[in-house]
Amino acid sequence: MSDVEKNPSEDSGGGVPVSAPPVGATSGAPAEYPPASRAGRGMFGVQGTGDTSGFGGLVRRRPQITSTPRPFGGYFDEVYDALEEAFPGLDEAIENVVVDRGELTLHIRPERIVDVCRVMRDDDALRFELCSSVSGVDYLGSDPRRLHVAYHLTSMTYRRRVRLEVAVPAENPHVPSVTSVYPTADWQERETYDMFGVIFDGHPALTRILMPDDWEGFPQRKDYPLGGIPVEYKGAEVPPPDRRRSYQ
Amino acid sequence: MGIEEKLPSGILLTTVERVVNWARKSSTWGATFGLACCAIEMMAAGTPHYDLGRWGMEVFRASPRQADLMIVAGRVSQKMAPVLRQVYDQMTEPKWVLSMGVCASSGGMFNNYAIVQGVDHIVPVDMYLPGCPPRPEMLIDAILRLREKILHEPLGAGGRKMLQQRIERGDVPVVAPGAMPSSYRSDPIRRKQWEKAVREGREEQLRIENWMKEGRHLQRGGRW
Repeated sequence: MSDVEKNPSEDSGGGVPVSAPPVGATSGAPAEYPPASRAGRGMFGVQGTGDTSGFGGLVRRRPQITSTPRPFGGYFDEVYDALEEAFPGLDEAIENVVVDRGELTLHIRPERIVDVCRVMRDDDALRFELCSSVSGVDYLGSDPRRLHVAYHLTSMTYRRRVRLEVAVPAENPHVPSVTSVYPTADWQERETYDMFGVIFDGHPALTRILMPDDWEGFPQRKDYPLGGIPVEYKGAEVPPPDRRRSYQ
Repeated sequence: MGIEEKLPSGILLTTVERVVNWARKSSTWGATFGLACCAIEMMAAGTPHYDLGRWGMEVFRASPRQADLMIVAGRVSQKMAPVLRQVYDQMTEPKWVLSMGVCASSGGMFNNYAIVQGVDHIVPVDMYLPGCPPRPEMLIDAILRLREKILHEPLGAGGRKMLQQRIERGDVPVVAPGAMPSSYRSDPIRRKQWEKAVREGREEQLRIENWMKEGRHLQRGGRW
């Protein structure tokens, strides 16, 4: 420290000579290597908005969906082969085949979903008679086509389950309705419309089913606020969960 | 009611008021408005173990025209709110509302877009019963307190005038009607204790002290 004008206490170390940290000062624990992306950081401490509820904060970077290579394992190969045989135009209809955690997901183009469903239901080797569920997913932030519709099909003859997934952008959320193939999808598609805003073309009566008929907005989209009012206690007023903030 | 309400204030109205109120409180019939989990506890209160039939209330009328007391048991969604109001409007006078559970009283744990934050946004409530869900005994206590309130309701304009006069004279009971727990009200000794405690402003302490002294929560393996 030969520079006399500089006050030793203005140094970052306060004038104390700084050397390399001694060996053994770090343990190599994961906490000492901060995660590279926001996803790994968890909810402790204040980041960004300081939201403490978890409603607005959890960010999971979903990796790009890549097709799983053959063989898929289990009955998935049989299902895929049978579908290929029964549905000649499968290559244009399918975008991705994903086998993850013991479940087969076929990502289908929206225009072809009705044909694929009909083949899945009618073909003797497939026989997915039961449409267990039709629901929506909002991948805001991870997928440009943010609204997905997931069709869960069950085959009771062969005791199999498969998922068909269809992706549409929010600006043009039109998907052909599968009610002509699976009548149970009627109210399920109404629910998907009510909660996500996916419009099913060809649906007999697409109206809101859970919210009042004149409700505006689609509640289960990720950018829809939780709603709720501040709650008064003695001496404090606690805001609804998505508006609570930490101040540390 | 008709001519009874138009009686001039005096001994006749007092007597009629007492008779009418006694009749009204003794025969409240509930309207079924069990919406969610609290409905299960309401049903349990009607079972022989807890037995609302002791007070004639085991009959829940499905028709609002025949019911006096609407127990809103459960969370009211935005879609159900107009239905609730319609059923309330269809009930004939006199009618009372008991909001059972925290969801009916204030929205409960569901502080969001879909649930009405308290049915008092929709219907006027006479008795709030917190709990998630309240035990059948708590529901019975709330019903008994509400019956006490009904018993002391003024009858018509004359009745209200007499009540006002009584308030001005200072001739009001120590404990407001409906403010004493039923387990204290039914026991004369404990009732005196409670009234004394209210005068001193320490009724909750009394309740805690008595509970600790009895120690029922420590007996029978906690099955009190």
